[in-house]
Amino acid sequence: MKHSIQILGTGCPKCQKLTNVVKDVVDQNQIDATIEKVEDIAEIMKFNVMMTPALVVDGNVVLKGRVPSNEEVLATLQ
Amino acid sequence: MFDWLEHMAQWLVYHVFGMNPEDHLAKALDFFIYDSIKILLLLFTVVFLMGIINSYFPIDRVKNYLSRNKLYGTEYFMASLFGVVTPFCSCSSVPLFIGFVRGGIPLGVTFAFLVTSPLVNEVAIGLFVGLFGVKTTILYVLSGVLLGTISGLILQRLKLEKFLTPWVKEVLANAQRDQERFEEEKQSFKQRLPIIWDEALKILKGVLPYVIIGIAIGGLMHGYIPEGFFEKYMAKDNLFAVPIATILAVPMYSNASGILPIVQVLVDKGIPLGTAIAFMMGVVGLSLPEAMLLKKVMTIKLIGIFFGVVMLCIIVSGYLFNIIF
Repeated sequence: MKHSIQILGTGCPKCQKLTNVVKDVVDQNQIDATIEKVEDIAEIMKFNVMMTPALVVDGNVVLKGRVPSNEEVLATLQ
Repeated sequence: MFDWLEHMAQWLVYHVFGMNPEDHLAKALDFFIYDSIKILLLLFTVVFLMGIINSYFPIDRVKNYLSRNKLYGTEYFMASLFGVVTPFCSCSSVPLFIGFVRGGIPLGVTFAFLVTSPLVNEVAIGLFVGLFGVKTTILYVLSGVLLGTISGLILQRLKLEKFLTPWVKEVLANAQRDQERFEEEKQSFKQRLPIIWDEALKILKGVLPYVIIGIAIGGLMHGYIPEGFFEKYMAKDNLFAVPIATILAVPMYSNASGILPIVQVLVDKGIPLGTAIAFMMGVVGLSLPEAMLLKKVMTIKLIGIFFGVVMLCIIVSGYLFNIIF
């Protein structure tokens, strides 16, 4: 199944780190997914998130406020 | 508690390196080794403990609590207290602000949280314990919480809703108190610990270079500036010292963790504690990058009023500290 991944963040260093982690995990495990960065604050607020960066997989917020490990991200994609 | 460390540093400098105990450089090196290891140990401990507390008070729960309950005026204090346990990242301040506004939390209460959250954060507390000891740290935390509460109360009185940016006003118009129950993450303590540990390590790594450089500069100053050097210039009766220290502090946020060790040496050499605390509150609590980010939700005028009121409260507490101590 193709996943849709969204990364919510207004462009802080942590958001960039999260993006790198997600890209690594997707590449290394050959996961079929689209990665989209959401930087507009009004769009971010639609997800009801108060801590950035946040990770959204298939429309669900799975993680917020911190940069996870590769394993954690992988677990959300399985 | 840290005697072993002091012995270790002395042994390393005077025996292993064979340096002369009368030498300024040797003294500075001794101080540097002892101080940096002690501070980093304490910093890690505090960040880790705060991480555990925070794990049980996530921001959504805080927001729902403030939004749902009638608190009869204590909400400013509560918001300020919650600001202590919430780790602060300036890039989260905008989503946080909107989340609070949308939950129908009054602007002043939101400000109380926004003031305390950076002012009394886990890194600042950790460095404070290492540099100034537990008593001064408690004093700093208490005055930080009080400062957030009072700033929030003042800002609420000023009726500042009209200075929000248009799209935030719209959010405000549609605000509603939360009814939904907060879905708590069902994780056991054992499951949480590794995540909290990793996060604490990451935070430590992030501030490590600044802290080390700060302690190194402090160490050099410690060895070379004579005792009581600053008393001549920054005496308690110098009325301008506190405001000047506060104003100088605001642009220095990015290096807060490097500046605190230097301030500790300055206090050691005779700068009054109130002046130093005002300076540190300005460094830690108010930052220009945060102001730039807040432009998305507030007009420049509102940011100015917000910073102005907080600076005023910092200056007042600086004077108070100088009078009391």
